[in-house]
Amino acid sequence: MSDVSDRVRKIVVEHLNVEADKVTEKASFIDDLGADSLDQVELVMAFEEEFSVEIPDDAAENIQTFGDAVSFLEKAVN
Amino acid sequence: MFDLTGKRALVTGASGGIGRAIAQKLAEKGAEVALSGTRVEKLEEVAASIPGKTHILPCNLSDLDAVDKLIPSAIEAMGGLDILVNNAGITRDNIFMRMKDSEWDEVIAVNLTAAFRLSRAAVKVMMKQRAGRIIGITSVVGVAGNPGQGNYAASKAGLIGMSKAIAQEVASRGITINTIAPGFIASAMTDELNDKQRDTILGTIPAGRLGNADEIAASAVYLASDEAAYVTGQTIHVNGGMLMV
Repeated sequence: MSDVSDRVRKIVVEHLNVEADKVTEKASFIDDLGADSLDQVELVMAFEEEFSVEIPDDAAENIQTFGDAVSFLEKAVN
Repeated sequence: MFDLTGKRALVTGASGGIGRAIAQKLAEKGAEVALSGTRVEKLEEVAASIPGKTHILPCNLSDLDAVDKLIPSAIEAMGGLDILVNNAGITRDNIFMRMKDSEWDEVIAVNLTAAFRLSRAAVKVMMKQRAGRIIGITSVVGVAGNPGQGNYAASKAGLIGMSKAIAQEVASRGITINTIAPGFIASAMTDELNDKQRDTILGTIPAGRLGNADEIAASAVYLASDEAAYVTGQTIHVNGGMLMV
């Protein structure tokens, strides 16, 4: 379990108010975790803040699952 | 009712008649108020007349870099932002065929683009708080039109449309966005009208008198309050009946 993945999971759990074990690699924010489009924007903003990175709109569109977010942020942070 | 204790408000154009009245009324209801405007001495005068905690944040809204710094400054001064009042506005009247590009651009920049940028920054903060109020001061002219004010009418109508769109986006997060559309309000400008001009204007107002800034501020207090939580995307017309929509 990477540090990035822990931090992302924490944000998702807090923001979407879901159980941590539901936040799996393939879990889709919208389809599996009950997010709406506004939640998705808020998540991206929260990731940007947590990792001090900027996530462009086209990249944000591709962040659909927890795994997508972790892999994007792992690359962005390194 | 309409208690604003603990709320933090930013009012643009706070040195003008309506902005000043809004800042005063919000403060009377318990809000901490940041006053923004271009004339610092005027703002200091307003601050001195207001009960409770105030902050002076000079900002020229035609300077977009300055606009982008205003919400962060307000948050730094007050520790957060619960109420944004986009009140600042300018006019550059001209018959439409004669209207210069600069007259159009200046009015749109201050009245609409600055309101867009301030609202965008405010919504981000309010989303996290799961609460917030944005109030835009539009005008009867934005709904009814007015000869010589094509630019101003466009900016004020734009404010109404923008507010409705944002209102739909963020209603689920406890944020409301509404506008207030004043009619003819007594001001330094209306004091200069001659009797004939005054009579002509009054003839179009069923109430038979000009409005006053406090009557606009009262609507702002209501929209800013917790009691108005279920009111969003609306325009409150405060115009003595001169336009009924």
